Amino acid sequence: MGGGIAWSESVASNRTNQDLPVIARFDVRYRNYLAPDGSINRPLPASASDAKVLIALYRSMVLVRLFDRKAVALQRTGRLGTYAVSLGQEAVSPGIASAMREEDVLLPSYRDNGALIWRGVKLEEILLFWGGDERGSHFSGPTNDFPFCVPVGSQAPHAAGVAYAFKLRKEPRVAVCMFGDGATSKGDVYEAMNFAGAHKLPVVFVATNNQWAISVPLRLQTSCETLAQKAIAAGFTGEQVDGSDVLAVRAAAEEAITAARDGNGPRFIEAVTYRLGDHTTSDDASRYRSPDEVQAHWKKEPIARLRAYLVGQKLWSKLDEERLSAECNERIEAAVEHYLTTAPRRRETMFDHLYANLPEVYAAQRRELAGGHDA
Amino acid sequence: MPEVTLVEAVNLALGRAMEDDPSVVVLGEDVGINGGVFRATVGLQKRFGPERVLDTPLAELLISGLCVGMAAQGLRPVGEIQFMGFIYPCLDQLVNHASRMRNRTQGRLTCPMVLRTPHGAGIRAPEHHSESTEAMLAHIPGLRVVMPSSPESAYGLLLAAIRDPDPVVFLEPTRLYRAAKGEVEDNGEALPLDRAFVLRDGRDITMISWGAVLKETAAAADALSDEGISAEVIDLATLKPYDEDTVLRSVAKTGRCIIVHEAARTGGFGAEIAATVAECSLASLLAPVTRVTGYDTIIPMARLEQHYMPSVDRIVTAARKLCQFR
Ligand SMILES: Cc1ncc(C[n+]2csc(CCOP(=O)(O)OP(=O)(O)O)c2C)c(N)n1
Repeated sequence: MGGGIAWSESVASNRTNQDLPVIARFDVRYRNYLAPDGSINRPLPASASDAKVLIALYRSMVLVRLFDRKAVALQRTGRLGTYAVSLGQEAVSPGIASAMREEDVLLPSYRDNGALIWRGVKLEEILLFWGGDERGSHFSGPTNDFPFCVPVGSQAPHAAGVAYAFKLRKEPRVAVCMFGDGATSKGDVYEAMNFAGAHKLPVVFVATNNQWAISVPLRLQTSCETLAQKAIAAGFTGEQVDGSDVLAVRAAAEEAITAARDGNGPRFIEAVTYRLGDHTTSDDASRYRSPDEVQAHWKKEPIARLRAYLVGQKLWSKLDEERLSAECNERIEAAVEHYLTTAPRRRETMFDHLYANLPEVYAAQRRELAGGHDA
Repeated sequence: MPEVTLVEAVNLALGRAMEDDPSVVVLGEDVGINGGVFRATVGLQKRFGPERVLDTPLAELLISGLCVGMAAQGLRPVGEIQFMGFIYPCLDQLVNHASRMRNRTQGRLTCPMVLRTPHGAGIRAPEHHSESTEAMLAHIPGLRVVMPSSPESAYGLLLAAIRDPDPVVFLEPTRLYRAAKGEVEDNGEALPLDRAFVLRDGRDITMISWGAVLKETAAAADALSDEGISAEVIDLATLKPYDEDTVLRSVAKTGRCIIVHEAARTGGFGAEIAATVAECSLASLLAPVTRVTGYDTIIPMARLEQHYMPSVDRIVTAARKLCQFR
């Protein structure tokens, strides 16, 4: 036989490939405790066996859902600006925030209302923000927490910076940075993770994978099987959790935050969930996804799931539910009232907080604006 | 001729350009099935397929960098950045690559790309959705910065931008997307770039503006004419390179010049025009060149943003003051 060069080379290269040693292998774990019907898949983690914790998580999820509903109603009647709902993904925010300590720092995305609320931000402050008033970002709650980040992903480098400060000062604190699946396509996020990995910083990155970045589905965002594996390239562990199972989110967050606090470097959590609503109040999701798809995900939504479990455990009753709704609605109404009766700031205040000391040239502009008051 | 909105005119121009030239590619976040968050690309994916109307990952630097690569390969990419507040990651590509590809390679590689983005405040949008930082872009040598102010100019200028052999940033006045209506014939006729348009002839004062705030400028001209002041209104349209000639000719005639822009005053593009007028037309000036602009502050969120914007009142007051110089 002639033994053409092409033939022998291809055989040779195949053989060599097989012989090449594997120098690294990685895996990505998936965590889930609660099935969509509320039954348990595996032994619950310690925190989740505490009824008080479970009920607190449940209450916060319900509060967020009712608050969202109200916010949308306000927007529809022209009393609030564009608003990002978290319908269907309510398990993520409290799951993450409840594992944080007060002295940790949260760096949220615009959809993480629930995490802010858990950390003590007032409902009226959130309304003020979405109502177009900067005072909404001067919120109550941990004073070091970052405001909502509207540009997608640009808060991730801040999180690395915050964590670097903790490390430099040897403080046992953790930065927790939240963003969506779309954000993982941004260089900002990878750059932050890469640095955090290289310096073993105490930071936890949380990607809420709700499958859609406005109209762009995950498969056009990445061909990665999981987002969690993006951590591997940055040198640390990424884990995927069922993001509609608040117990899984909470347990993953606890583990990751503890590891970070103990000096074991960053972690990445991908919480796989689903946005049941529109992207924001200016979006119409029916343009790009089918009712069937959405309907299927309603069957897995986080609130009904935890409720089923709690009811099964005799930890929750219909009466409890009614009381909770009433209580939430009362709290929400009070916040709305507060928001609606907060007068706009005087126009010249747009210069306040621009600089620590307003340079005189700009002070003159401020006076010009003040002079324009309708007396 | 059909009446269309400004955003519909953008859509018409994109469709026409893609129809006429198979190398035109539209890319960006949500430009496909969703038709863009403002619907500028509505229907295009259906007409031209997902390879020519490409939903990109959420990555602005990528969008601008892809455009550079595609353009260097003879495609005519038209990238969309959803809001001007998200254009900043593109600056690296615009400054370091797009604008200087031709120069660096002495013409061996070129960059016929367009980057479109909504521009400006006044739509009660969330934070970072109301930017008007055109001066920053106009400072970059090798780039073109274009801003239409009506459906007609959106159609004609966008076609010109896509056909232009160099990189163009095309800033679309968000406030006018639906508010501005006009008759546009989809005849494939471009308007000239690098040329200002005299929207209204006048004798006493030259008012120069661009984009959405031309609306207030024109209204101010109306108000002034009731007082017997005849204002010439110029739509600058291309900011980089801008049409000094039309500006200077007008100022030579009127002797007075007001520049109106929504962007913050310091380092704004108005300063550039004022400097040119001062350098070249001192002899014909009857009054100091004046700017009416946004304030030197972050554009406030919805509740205060209207107080930030140059109002008809502020423009009229400034014009009156200039006319007191005799
Ligand atoms: C840098 C940047 N580009 C574009 C936008 C416009 N935008 C707002 S939300 C969004 C999709 C974000 O998707 P994802 O990161 O998955 O988060 P989700 O909204 O699903 O929570 C886009 C494109 C933005 N806010 N920031």
